Amino acid sequence: MSATFEPEVVAFCCRHCAYAAADLAGSARQAYPTAVKVIELPCTGRIDIINLLHAFENGADGVLIAGCLEGKCHYLKGNLHAKQRVRHVQKLMDDIGLEHERARMINISAAMGVQFAQLAGEHVETVRKLGPSPLRPKPRSGEAA
Amino acid sequence: MIVAEQKNLQEIRRMLQGRKKVLALGCGTCVTVCLAGGRQETAALASSLRMASRIDGEPLAVDESIVQRQCEWEYVDSLAQQLEEYDAVLSLGCGVGVQTLAERFPNKRIFPALNTKFMGMPTSHGVWEERCIGCGNCILDKTGGVCPVSRCAKQLFNGPCGGSEDGHCEVSKGTSCAWHNIWQRAEALGMVDALMEITPPKDWSTSRDGGPRRIVRDDLRLPGEDTEGKA
Repeated sequence: MSATFEPEVVAFCCRHCAYAAADLAGSARQAYPTAVKVIELPCTGRIDIINLLHAFENGADGVLIAGCLEGKCHYLKGNLHAKQRVRHVQKLMDDIGLEHERARMINISAAMGVQFAQLAGEHVETVRKLGPSPLRPKPRSGEAA
Repeated sequence: MIVAEQKNLQEIRRMLQGRKKVLALGCGTCVTVCLAGGRQETAALASSLRMASRIDGEPLAVDESIVQRQCEWEYVDSLAQQLEEYDAVLSLGCGVGVQTLAERFPNKRIFPALNTKFMGMPTSHGVWEERCIGCGNCILDKTGGVCPVSRCAKQLFNGPCGGSEDGHCEVSKGTSCAWHNIWQRAEALGMVDALMEITPPKDWSTSRDGGPRRIVRDDLRLPGEDTEGKA
């Protein structure tokens, strides 16, 4: 299974930093796995616990929350709020029976395209090692896993 | 407001063992304000339960809903039809909400998802503190607006015990000494002399010692209903 397993990772990215960094990575021809599906947010402070839970419930193998460097949030403390929520969700994941390593928060600036590609790739590898989420929808008959 | 806290997920799952379809029901009043049982907390708990049960191979269908106030007939009555399709209700209301549902729907199992803690207020983000135990005979006029019944661990009425240190209670350094606060308030308000009067032992019959309490107001009773409060 793991040989053919291609993880799905949802990346919630702040528009002021990580989203722009992901864009920069593309412009600079810095490849990052296609498994990473980027969702643009006005700020990671916009993230609610339920957004992260729903991502997992709907079959994401991993979730990446990418916000500004600490102390550099455009809304002052949005990324710090997100950090607390990610920690809370990680605790919930332990209770639920889902490896908390599947959720990770990273902090980068808009200029860090290379680092975005690297960190996103690292997270995909972490998730790949963990294997498919037990909540992944079962493939329909005739469909590849 | 009534302040509550969500139970551990494993405890909730144990309560719901054997159920197939459950309604997680939030409450839009106190527990929404204290972020324990509002719309978002209900959605998060329902999602967590669905995921945990799927991982364990015994999927539990958990739908989510909310009523504005679980502690009044008018609001819970509207649930009658909706509840028919569920094995049980997981209430994210306070203990009053759970009991209102249980009383209104006697054939339905109602489970509490919260532990109701106290009547209190948020003192800062994410911190709630007890302010009232509902003793039924308020003495805040005598203590400058600081309640020794709810805020003094020993419920003293005539000054601090010997355990008060630097304004903190000996029970917990995170708790300020109620009598320290009362004295400071009295000094600021120029009412120290009033504190020198000895307060006699409190009559606790107005509190829980008198059994479950009830208020009947004749001016509000409907014509045809007796003064005992029975319809």
